Amino acid sequence: MKIEVLGTGCSRCKQLHENVMQAVIAADVEADVSKVEDITEIMRYGVMSTPALVIDGVVKTVGKVPSVEELKKLIA
Amino acid sequence: MLANFAAYLVFTVLGLAKGSHLGDAANFFVYDTIKIFLLLTTIIFCVAVIRSYFPPEKTKRFLSHGKEYVGNILAALLGIVTPFCSCSAVPLFIGFVESGVPLGVTFSFLVSSPMVNEIALIMLWGLFGWKIALIYIGCGVMIAIISGIVIGKLRLERFVQDYVYKIKMGETAATEQTFRERLSNARNYTVPLLKKIWPYVIAGVGIGAFIHGYAPEGFLLKYAGPQNPFAVPLAVLVGVPLYSNAAGVIPITQALMEKGMATGTVLAFMMAVTALSLPEAIILKNVLKLRLLLTFFGIVAVAITLTGYLFNAIL
Repeated sequence: MKIEVLGTGCSRCKQLHENVMQAVIAADVEADVSKVEDITEIMRYGVMSTPALVIDGVVKTVGKVPSVEELKKLIA
Repeated sequence: MLANFAAYLVFTVLGLAKGSHLGDAANFFVYDTIKIFLLLTTIIFCVAVIRSYFPPEKTKRFLSHGKEYVGNILAALLGIVTPFCSCSAVPLFIGFVESGVPLGVTFSFLVSSPMVNEIALIMLWGLFGWKIALIYIGCGVMIAIISGIVIGKLRLERFVQDYVYKIKMGETAATEQTFRERLSNARNYTVPLLKKIWPYVIAGVGIGAFIHGYAPEGFLLKYAGPQNPFAVPLAVLVGVPLYSNAAGVIPITQALMEKGMATGTVLAFMMAVTALSLPEAIILKNVLKLRLLLTFFGIVAVAITLTGYLFNAIL
């Protein structure tokens, strides 16, 4: 699974990245988690409010920081 | 009830003397802190739920059909409800421009969104009363509309960074939410936000309480009262580069007003602090060439100064 955290580097983006890492460990799934900070890349996903979460190329959440529990459901 | 509790805590439990500098300052601090945190928690949560119905993706679609004038008005009003954080300013700006929202309309949104926000409103309502809070919203929206129209008329499109026009935006993936999800998202938004701003609130109320208890009555009247014509532009000049959220500034300004700073000057100062800031300028530099950035800051600063004079004249 390929998980991307989109964000230009604000505190909420870092929080989302952290939550994703925890969720990946907790759900015990194989995932390649990366941060996307390039604005052109972010816009390609049609995202206007960061942070956003993209799983296997599909935008899952926009402009919010879901809790670890909620993220576990999304990646499980 | 809250006032009684604060007085009980300070004068009876802590045994501070009524009418003493320390007693007054402490009473002010306890009362304001409790009141503000109660208001902040409930209102931020409610606003977060309401805002989930107005994602920027929807706002953009709405405004891309807009013409000038009507578009500026709509953008300024939508700026109140659309969630905005300065770290999203760049994708938001590009998204607007890319989908054909006129530049002036985009700026109306960019002015109103940070200036008219729920934290500023709560603090104003709690500390100054609903009248000042309403005046603040009204002026904020007017400034956003007028600044946007002026920027639109100046035809500054060529001063947007060139790459912005080359970006191809993907199909927007706005996800629909159930009401339960909205509530849970609102909670996920409120708790970290409170964690982030509480030190500002405490610091702001603390400084405010100190001024309240120790500064002599009317000591600012001479410098920042309605008689000094330079007070308003000076307040704006000091406020523009300052970066603080409304939570920190408003308790201080309340104390300043009590000591004789004119209402219009106070309003202008608050608006300058919330609407414009150095970090925001640095972020917007990514999408705006220097000339447009300076024009934007200049127009908004002038509009805020005029608003300050207006209220000093009529209040």
